[in-house]
Amino acid sequence: MGTARPTDAPGFSTSRFRAEREADWIAFDTLLGRLETRGAKALSSDELLQLPILYRATLSSLSIARATILDKALLDHLEGLAMRGYFLIYGVRETRLSRLRRFFLYDWPAAVRAVWKETLIIALIITLGALTSWSLVAHNPEWYYNFVPEEMAGGRDPRATVEFLRSTLGHGKAGGEDQGALHLFATFLFTHNSRVSIMSFALGFAFGVPTMMLEYYQGIGLGAMLAVFSAKGLGVDFGGWLFIHGTTELFAAALSGAAGLRIGIAVVFPGARSRLQAAAEAGRTAGKVMVGVILMLLAAGLLEGFGRQLITDTVMRYAIGSLMLAFWLAYFYIPRRENVA
Amino acid sequence: MSAAGNLRMRAAQEKKLREFVTPEGVDLQLRIASAALRLGALLIDLILIVLTLVLFTLLILWAGLASNSSIAVTVWLLGAFVLRTFWFIGFELGARAATPGKRLMGIRVVARDGGRLTADAVVARNLIRELELFLPLTMMGVGAAEDMVSGWTALAGVAWSLTLSLFLLFNRDRMRMGDLIAGTWVVMAKRAKLDRDIAADGGGVDAIRFTDAELAVYGIYELQELERVLRGADPRAMRDVADTIRGKIGRPVAEEDDVFLTSYYRQLKARLERGLLFGKRREDKYASE
Repeated sequence: MGTARPTDAPGFSTSRFRAEREADWIAFDTLLGRLETRGAKALSSDELLQLPILYRATLSSLSIARATILDKALLDHLEGLAMRGYFLIYGVRETRLSRLRRFFLYDWPAAVRAVWKETLIIALIITLGALTSWSLVAHNPEWYYNFVPEEMAGGRDPRATVEFLRSTLGHGKAGGEDQGALHLFATFLFTHNSRVSIMSFALGFAFGVPTMMLEYYQGIGLGAMLAVFSAKGLGVDFGGWLFIHGTTELFAAALSGAAGLRIGIAVVFPGARSRLQAAAEAGRTAGKVMVGVILMLLAAGLLEGFGRQLITDTVMRYAIGSLMLAFWLAYFYIPRRENVA
Repeated sequence: MSAAGNLRMRAAQEKKLREFVTPEGVDLQLRIASAALRLGALLIDLILIVLTLVLFTLLILWAGLASNSSIAVTVWLLGAFVLRTFWFIGFELGARAATPGKRLMGIRVVARDGGRLTADAVVARNLIRELELFLPLTMMGVGAAEDMVSGWTALAGVAWSLTLSLFLLFNRDRMRMGDLIAGTWVVMAKRAKLDRDIAADGGGVDAIRFTDAELAVYGIYELQELERVLRGADPRAMRDVADTIRGKIGRPVAEEDDVFLTSYYRQLKARLERGLLFGKRREDKYASE
C-alpha cells in the first residue's frame, strides 16, 4: 500500500452495505413493533409470510456487520432487532384462551399426576402430624397448649365447655359471626392459606426439609383440635365442620408440599442431569401444580367463608366435602388422552 | 486510560455476555442484566402495584359501594394478593416477557436453554418471589413483635433469609432463586434506533486528507468513542476531542472541529474496516498493527 495514498472508497463499504439492506431492517422493525403492541392479528397473511424472510435477512446482515462494520450504532440496532425478532418468531404463538383451555384440560391434571409420589409422602406426613398430636393430647390435655398458640385457639382448648365448643362449630346461637363480614372472612382465609402454600412450595429447594416440617406442623394443629373436640363428644360435628372445606384445602396443601418436595428431590438427586437442569425441570412441573393450588385454595376459601357459615347441618357438610374430594380425585387422576398439540 | 485498564474493562464486559445461538447459527450474545437494574425494575413494579390498589380503592369509594369499611378491607386483602401474585406473571407472559418496571429498565426474561419461555417457568419464578421478598420482612416482623430470646436470634433469621433474597449477587449469571428453579435468565433487551450513517454526512466528501501514518495512531475502541462524540454533537466535547487528535498527529487548528472530526472519523473507519476485511482487528490504540 502506498504511504500517502488517499483512502478512496473500497469495493465494500459500510454505506453501500447499509444502502442495500436498510429497507429490510426498517420493514422488519415496523412489523415487529405492530406485533409487539397488537399481536398477530395486526398483520395480514402476506406480512406474516414476510416475517421469517425479513428475520433471516436481518440475521445475515448482523453476521456480516459484526465481521466487517465498525459503526457502533448500526451494530447495536441490528443486535437489538435480531434479538426482538428471535423471541417473537420462536416465542409462544398461542392465544391466551387456548393456553387456558390446555392448562385446565391437560397440563394441570398431568402435572398433579406427575407428582403423585410426593403427594402421597406429604399426605402421610400430615396424617403423621395429626396422629402424633392427637394421641399426645388425648393422653394429657396439657400438651395442647404446646401445639396450638393461644391466639389461634380462640378459647377452643381443653378447658372450654361443650356448649362453647359447639357454638364455635356454627351450631347454636353463640356463633356471633356477622353475616355481613363473611366475604372478609373468606378473603382472609384465602390469602392466608395461599401464602402458607406458596411458602411450603418455595421452601422446597432447601432439599424439601422445611416443606415437610411445615406440612407436619399443619397436621399437628389439626390433630390437637380433633383431640379436644372428640374428648367432649363432638368429634363427628367437628369432622363435618372441617370436612366441608378441608378436603379441598388439605388436598391443596398436600399438593403445594408435593410441588416443593419435587424440587427438593430434584436438587438432591439430579440423576444424569446437572443439578441446575434438574431443578429447572422440576420447577416447571411444580409451577403448573402451584397455579392450580391457588385456584383450589380460592374454592376452599369460598367453602370455608360462605359454605361453612351458611350450612350448619353436619350431614350436609360431610356430603359437600365428600363431593368436592370426589371431584378433585376424578379430575386429577382419571386417565385421559394426552394433549397432542 | 492505560492499556491494562482498557483490557480489564473489555474483559468485564465480556464476562456478562452469554452465548445464545439461534437455530440459524447466529450467536445473539445476550448480556446479563445487572443487579441494580433488577432492583430498579422491582421497585418500579411495587410502586405501580400500590398505585393501582390506591386508584382502585378510590374508584370503589367514589362509586359509593364501600359504605361499610369491610368491603374496602376485602379489596385491599384480595387486591394486594392478586396483584402481587399475578402482576409479574401476567406481564411476563406477554410478547415482551417483561413487567412495566423491567421494560423501563430495558431488561427481559429469557429461558436459559434458548427455548421458548413457557408459562410454567414464569409462574415458578414469580411464586418464589414471595419467599425472597417477604420472608426477610416476616422474620423482621417476628423479631420485632415478640421479645425473642434475644435480638440476635431475630438478626440471624433475617441474615439467613437475606442470603436467599440476595442469592443473585452470589452467582455470575445474576439468577434469583426463582430464576434457578424456573430455568430462566434476565437479560438486556436493548432497543437502539437506527441512527444516521455519520460517515455519509456532507455527501461523503472529505475536506481534509489524512496520511496513513496519521490514521495509524488509533484503533477500534477510539473510533467508536469518536463516533459517540460525533453523534452526541456537544461542541465542547468535540473541541476537546479534536484538540487531542490534532495534538497527537501534529496538525494545526485550521478547520472547524466537526469538519475535522467527521473527515478523520470517515477515513479512520475506512482504514480499520479494510483491516477487518484482511483479517486484522485492532481493538485499541495499544494493540499492534
